[in-house]
Amino acid sequence: MPDGRSITLDILRYDGARDAKPRVQAYTIPFTDDMSVLQGVQYVKDNLDGSLAFRWSCRMAICGSCGMMVAGIPRLACRTFLRDFAPGPLAIAPLEHFPIERDLVVDIGGFMDKLGQVKPWIEPRVARALEEGAYRQSPRELERFESFSHCINCLLCYAACPQYGHDPKFLGPAATALLQRYNLDSRDGASQERMEAAHSEEGVWSCTAVGYCSEVCPKAVDPANAVNRTKTESAIDWFARFVRGGE
Amino acid sequence: MAVRRPYVRPFEPGWWRRNPYFVRYMARELTAPFVGLYALILLSGLVCLALGRAPYEAWVAILRTPASLVLHGVLVAIFAYHSFSWFAIMPKTMPPVSIGGHRIGAAAITLAGLVAAAFCMLAAWFVVQAVA
Repeated sequence: MPDGRSITLDILRYDGARDAKPRVQAYTIPFTDDMSVLQGVQYVKDNLDGSLAFRWSCRMAICGSCGMMVAGIPRLACRTFLRDFAPGPLAIAPLEHFPIERDLVVDIGGFMDKLGQVKPWIEPRVARALEEGAYRQSPRELERFESFSHCINCLLCYAACPQYGHDPKFLGPAATALLQRYNLDSRDGASQERMEAAHSEEGVWSCTAVGYCSEVCPKAVDPANAVNRTKTESAIDWFARFVRGGE
Repeated sequence: MAVRRPYVRPFEPGWWRRNPYFVRYMARELTAPFVGLYALILLSGLVCLALGRAPYEAWVAILRTPASLVLHGVLVAIFAYHSFSWFAIMPKTMPPVSIGGHRIGAAAITLAGLVAAAFCMLAAWFVVQAVA
């Protein structure tokens, strides 16, 4: 139950059918200690302004849908609490570096294209018939890629990456983390194909090791580590081409 | 059906001023040219040494001027920050390191880098003192 305290949310609104550019709209809402920012914007939509658009689903930092800029930092709205910003005003905006589709909803089409480039699935190193049973993997083999498999595609890392803001063609942190997740998998045999997406300047070489992507990651995936390890592998591959006689 | 008109926000030149993390990143980048510059100063010393005793002694004399000593004091501070900032990010640039089955934490990797840098600096100092 609300306990009499209130907080003002300054929400960036944009409706392509009406607005020439985004505008800030303030809403003052009651809150309690256990209310997340997601619950705050849900309160606005349910009680003050039904036209407010935002993405959400699981409410427990699993689905990766509710990423937004909260006080200028990319965060999951479901695991950020209003009590930490009271009495406000608390600035809430759509994830940076992405085109705004409407209000807090961004266009993630560019990321979906990148995701396809890194083939985020296992291409079996050795094809097995179903009756041959499961592909076996040791705990040590699992450990090699496990942290990268925790990525929930929330895109906070892209909103934190100035290089992606500068050049949206940059493959970026999450796609590269998923590239490593599959390349490091002992069952997979498509590393070379994935590396084609990484070799170009718009692959991993745009990264200047800012590292903020890993700071904002809600699942401790460490995408900066994935990008920089991919750089090393890309460089080794480049030199190896001379040894192999060029391609 | 409504026509889509996504809004692309401009990427502001002053983006790095809004977040202390980015300010520290830009400070790291700003210190990089000084590292390159000092490499050229050391390289010029090598060239002077190759040219003979007199050019080398002239180079050393320039380094010993008050202006040069002040410059070196400033550069030491710049290089210290540059080294610290890179060793701070080093765990994000390398594969996991395990010793005896235990993964080494990021803080330990950074500390090891800083200790190695301090050791190299002290070793270089003693070498210079020995030959000066």
